[in-house]
Amino acid sequence: MSTAGRSRQGQDLVLTGGIVAIIVVFSLLPMARLLQEIVLPRGSFSLDVVASGLVSRTTWIATWHTLAVGIGGTLFALVAGVAVALLVSLTDVRGRQAFVLCYVTPLMIAPQVTALAWLQVAGPSSPLLNALGMAPPIGTRNPLYSPEGIVFLLGIQYAPLVFLIVRAGLRKLPRELVEAAQAGGAGRFTVLRTVILPLMTPSIVGAAALTFVSCVGNFGIPAFLGIPANYLVLPTLIYQRLAGGGPAVLSEVAFLSVLIGIIAMVGIVLQDRLSNRRDFRITSTSLPAAPYPLGRWRWVVEVAMWLLIVFILVLPLLGLVLTSLVPGYGVVLSSATATLENFRFVLFDHVAARRGFLNSLTLSAVCAVFAVFVAIPLGYVIAWGTRRWVKALNLSVELPYALPGVVLAIASLLLFLKPIPLLNVQIYNTVWIILYAYLARFLVLAVRPTITGYHQMDRALEEAAQVAGAGLFTRLRTIVFPLIAPAAMAGGLLIFMTALCELTVSALLWSSGSETIGVVIFSFEQGGDSKYAAAVSAIMVAVTFLLMLFAGLFARKLPDGVLPWRD
Amino acid sequence: MAGLTIDGVTKKFGEMVALDRVSIDVADGEFLAVLGPSGCGKTTLLRLIAGFEALNGGSIRIGDRLVSSETTNVPPEKRRVGIVFQNYALWPHMTVAENIGYALKVAGVGRAERDGRVAKALALVNMGEYGERRPANLSGGQRQRVALARCLVAEPRLVLFDEPLANLDVHLRASMEDEFADFHERTGTTIVYITHDQAEAMALADRIAVMDHGRLMQLATPQRLYHEPADEMVAAFISQGMVLPADVESAEAGGRCRVRVLGQELVVRCSPGEAPRAGASVCCRSSQLAPAAAGAPGFDGSIARVIYRGGSARIEFVPDAQPDLALHFDQPDPVSLNPGDRLRLALSDGWLIPAGGRG
Repeated sequence: MSTAGRSRQGQDLVLTGGIVAIIVVFSLLPMARLLQEIVLPRGSFSLDVVASGLVSRTTWIATWHTLAVGIGGTLFALVAGVAVALLVSLTDVRGRQAFVLCYVTPLMIAPQVTALAWLQVAGPSSPLLNALGMAPPIGTRNPLYSPEGIVFLLGIQYAPLVFLIVRAGLRKLPRELVEAAQAGGAGRFTVLRTVILPLMTPSIVGAAALTFVSCVGNFGIPAFLGIPANYLVLPTLIYQRLAGGGPAVLSEVAFLSVLIGIIAMVGIVLQDRLSNRRDFRITSTSLPAAPYPLGRWRWVVEVAMWLLIVFILVLPLLGLVLTSLVPGYGVVLSSATATLENFRFVLFDHVAARRGFLNSLTLSAVCAVFAVFVAIPLGYVIAWGTRRWVKALNLSVELPYALPGVVLAIASLLLFLKPIPLLNVQIYNTVWIILYAYLARFLVLAVRPTITGYHQMDRALEEAAQVAGAGLFTRLRTIVFPLIAPAAMAGGLLIFMTALCELTVSALLWSSGSETIGVVIFSFEQGGDSKYAAAVSAIMVAVTFLLMLFAGLFARKLPDGVLPWRD
Repeated sequence: MAGLTIDGVTKKFGEMVALDRVSIDVADGEFLAVLGPSGCGKTTLLRLIAGFEALNGGSIRIGDRLVSSETTNVPPEKRRVGIVFQNYALWPHMTVAENIGYALKVAGVGRAERDGRVAKALALVNMGEYGERRPANLSGGQRQRVALARCLVAEPRLVLFDEPLANLDVHLRASMEDEFADFHERTGTTIVYITHDQAEAMALADRIAVMDHGRLMQLATPQRLYHEPADEMVAAFISQGMVLPADVESAEAGGRCRVRVLGQELVVRCSPGEAPRAGASVCCRSSQLAPAAAGAPGFDGSIARVIYRGGSARIEFVPDAQPDLALHFDQPDPVSLNPGDRLRLALSDGWLIPAGGRG
């Protein structure tokens, strides 16, 4: 072998080694540590932790609650998401782009902000209901503090997720299949029932599984709505245990978090079973089916759709903004009493809030940049690599995100409770442990669009550089990076937006000095300071909108389907 | 420039043998086309020559340098070959000049010299004006020329073409064919040209390597391929030749021998040293088949189909002696034959496919 050959192998080895190291550190290590805690506590095999977890009554109640709101929320989201996807994709309604943008926006808003906003709309102190004179009397309980409230909000939060997946499926539906059924004499609704919906089964089942996992792992909504009603699900139970007991209860909560993981996995396995039962593969690709003319019903449907937007987006945000303008609890909001004092307070006066903004901005920015730079070589190895086992590693990158955030948070706690061996650095109780968990959890959000980008890119572009004499690193730098960067950066932006208001992970990992915005909102609300929580939330919603706008500027350069809100 | 020696190359993907002991010699400055139906292994051969795949047996030399063997695999970036890709593979984020100068930049060639060589390469393909354009703003033919200039600028020892015309429309194809021929004449580059289009291969190549199922079937000039196919596959593949069963009745004399085809006695061309044998095959072209003159020898049969083609009709004929054999010939206007008509056909010439070349 020539020297040249060896140096090429060297670069290849460095790349693969680096990728494997990152996957081990951010994906395999935390999962392994979590399993070890349950099966091998203190280094020897024992099922005590499992046994004591299994006999506890609270465990079973919380598990039951988790399943109930998980299934309820999934059904709600499925019905709403599928119906809207069918309407938007198959009929001739107008203003589709704007509608999709508005309909998908709740997905971009953090769950706890959604929860807070709805609480402001529905409660006895609701500025909106008070202004209308429809508020329940002071002292009555907010009707959203209930399992039904949780199911309702989970449904609203994740209906866009179902919508996006089913809409993507409907777009791939070739029009010949619809036209062949029509030519066979089937009416519109028969076509829908016998051709379109059956072919959409994989999309719908896939969306159901993803929604179920998201609902089961959701912390923000059951925390804001369930804790006051003492209706605990597994993530909130873990939070309460940990907040009350500290590291002493780690083994116990580790068991609980694995339980959530198992519930989520069951959902995914069920999905796999269901979609493999029949052949749903669509072989041909062609133009989408011609839209179905609604005729004189069109404007009725359009009005209904925009009323839906008012209900799921405008109303809660209005509630949020109005609350953020209220000077104090019980004061009726009017043009005379409205104040920006709350914004001033959270932005400048409140130390923890200011720190929260700074921490969250830094954490999400670092996380996004890191993920972009890791995703490009990682995607290269996964999408274009020749080694099979590296492709299998793709699954392990998905794992920390596929599993509920609580699972990863507990795993990170276990991993870093003691100082890191050899380095003797303690990152527990610092902002670094949150950064680690974010990196592990959100990396896949950048990897996915990057891999999509690789699949849409002609490999010959790289091979042309190779025959021109460029080595692996040169090719990565001069050819691959510039071409794939937009896709990876879109992923980075998604990470930034998701991490900015993140609560599930940071609620379990924060300490004084390392608060995140999510934690600040949560603390304000728990302390009864809804107006401050609303002010912080309103700022974050505004930031989210700005970021979405910003992403729209370079949307044309991106592979299709990378920005979820772009139709 | 350099020649290329492919010696007994074997490539397997798992159990599947993609290339089976293929040997091809390409002379310095030769234009060789590799022709075959899809899945015949021609693209694998190109990827092996370029170094994108490692081989399982045999060896490849470019000039005197061993680049691939079971133990050696010089990486693509060190082979100094140029490739013109099917989709051109121009980098969209670079200008035309940057695309062309890339190989020089990677090799560390200084700015001034680089600019000079890029300008020369652009001039060579008549694209002098277009250096600052982006590939996206070029037409299909212009992109093709940029791709040519790009692979030339680093002075490769060998240029590989990977079905460069497959994605072009018919008009552009013809003009690009002219440009390739021109390009070869001006530069004298050794070219290996992969294609599934025989008209293209015939028009451009000095020699054509016909491949099928991973094996080299014949390596010869276009004329020889047409007139003297080495086996039944090549005979049937090239210009829809017909393969007829025959018995050889006399030994070769002066490049010809006597055969009996479908009951007709006939003298056909053959390779030296042919001896009488049974179960041989004769390849014939539609121009060598015609209705027999009254009373002349020939073979009887009936007409199965008449397909009018403008100016002439393609007549499909089934001989009585062997009804599973479909023969065809052309009848110029006015077309008088109809399906079901009885007819006696005569063969005027043919080529005796050498023994052992039964496909």
